[in-house]
Amino acid sequence: MVEVEKSRPQILVTGAAGALAQQVIGRLREDCDLVAVDFREQVYLGDDIPSYCIDFNKRSFEDLFRRYQFDGVIHLGRIMSSQLTRMRRYNANVLGTQKLLDLSHKYGIKRMVVLSTFHVYGAVAYNPALIDEEAPLKSAGLSADLIDSVELENLANIYLWRYPDLNITILRPCNIVGPGVRNSISTLLGMERAPVLAGFSPMMQFIHIDDMADAIVLAYNKPQRGIFNVAPQDWVAYQHALKLCGCKRIPIPSIPPILPRLILRTLNLRSFPSYLMHFFKYPVVIDGRAFAREFEFSPRRPLKEIFRFYRENKKPV
Amino acid sequence: MGLASILKSRLIPAELENHINRIRKPIGSLGYDPWGYNNEVMKYGFSLTRQIYEKYFRVEATGVEKIPADGPVLIVPNHSGQLPIDGLLIAYALASRKEKPRIPRAMIERFFPTVPYLGNLLNEFGAVLGDPTNCAKMLANGEAVIVFPEGVRGSGKLYQDRYQLKRFGNGFMHLAMKYKAPIVPVGVVGCEETIPAIANIKPLARFLGIPYAPLAMPLVLPAKVHLNFGDPMVFDDLEIPEEQVTERVEQVKAAISELIDTGLSERKRLF
Repeated sequence: MVEVEKSRPQILVTGAAGALAQQVIGRLREDCDLVAVDFREQVYLGDDIPSYCIDFNKRSFEDLFRRYQFDGVIHLGRIMSSQLTRMRRYNANVLGTQKLLDLSHKYGIKRMVVLSTFHVYGAVAYNPALIDEEAPLKSAGLSADLIDSVELENLANIYLWRYPDLNITILRPCNIVGPGVRNSISTLLGMERAPVLAGFSPMMQFIHIDDMADAIVLAYNKPQRGIFNVAPQDWVAYQHALKLCGCKRIPIPSIPPILPRLILRTLNLRSFPSYLMHFFKYPVVIDGRAFAREFEFSPRRPLKEIFRFYRENKKPV
Repeated sequence: MGLASILKSRLIPAELENHINRIRKPIGSLGYDPWGYNNEVMKYGFSLTRQIYEKYFRVEATGVEKIPADGPVLIVPNHSGQLPIDGLLIAYALASRKEKPRIPRAMIERFFPTVPYLGNLLNEFGAVLGDPTNCAKMLANGEAVIVFPEGVRGSGKLYQDRYQLKRFGNGFMHLAMKYKAPIVPVGVVGCEETIPAIANIKPLARFLGIPYAPLAMPLVLPAKVHLNFGDPMVFDDLEIPEEQVTERVEQVKAAISELIDTGLSERKRLF
């Protein structure tokens, strides 16, 4: 008897120009048919993966859903808070995601993974450690620059409960770092001299980009709806992390609070924007145990290995 | 040999290093736990506190062996003396006990994390922001937690109110019941005399954003401190009305009051 070959799942991956998406694509390309899209640029990912540069808010985006019969969507295309203007970020992250969710519902997508961030919890002095997924998202009230991150989550949440068939899983990772990562914390760790707020060295969590890619693939492969923090069970103080990365620390006066805000606004550093200032002052330590349990995830790259990479790559060739 | 290692060898003798390493704290690969406790910094803190504990306050601790050797436990003392010296001394008494020492976690006022340098330092020594979620997670981790149910009402009281217990919050009892953590009451005598305050300058406290601004001498007096640890009190986790929870809190308060009286009667002189 001839065995009928099981068709390969077709997956849409957004944010294809980012290092994380490329890691995820690398892990899935063998067993899945992938289509890559990015808001920013068209990237070449090999002849087997069609790649597009599309604004999700344009009508032509729907053509992709008509052309390919997607089974799942991995939404990693979130413009980080240090990029573009607030308005453009809102259009891309919130309205763009809404469009993506609408189309996913319309075309019967059966599995969706949405990448969020631990920034949604907000950095305040009264944060307890090991924040659970049920904790309130305070960041919208703290900075207008983080509203789009919270709104993106809210939208995904609404679709999660309203359309259970979409099987949405929202991941809130801690700081993603490692080769190729261009977010603000990775830039800081890679610098020769990095700013710190004098007298403040909050606890932080870091996850290696390879581990994060593993986490996304694990999440995609198990249709378990819900919201999950993703973080290893390891912690380090910010200034200690800088030291281990071989960064010279440049202290910025931290009191009265208006002073560092003024200094940072004047300097306008991409890697240390004033609205992320509190993340370098107060800890936002999340509890990743629920995800680890549910998806049998255990990160394999220890902090020391992560920091060694930054220490040894201070001056890229 | 660098300056740091010379300093370390002076401040942290091998015996102390072994003592701390013997207490296996659940920490990550770089010596930290989620609340910012750091095993290496703790050793310096321990060494410094030993001087303060033995030489300055000449602490006499009775019954520290009553604290269980493992599992979650709430250590509940009276609070006094403007600065959290009482918490520090209780923590040292438990961390330095010969048989089965433990490094307890002290819950501190919400204002400390906003103070540069001090906030981080306290965290590295094991102090934790006094938040119910923190306390719950630590009890779930099987930690020994020092809680002051009087909060700033206790530490900020004036000298004229010394050794009078202020209102206790009920939060610690709910947590003890939920996590089946025994409560060890502690009577602290002597800390009231370390920074006797005659008034609280409220407008100054408001201006500085701190809980209270005591009018006191700008020094810590070397009062002799007595710590009396009571027998562990165990409460079941039945669903009971708040009124009965308050009754249980009153039982703990009465036990502490008794331990304070014992300490006061044992005390021969203030300094």
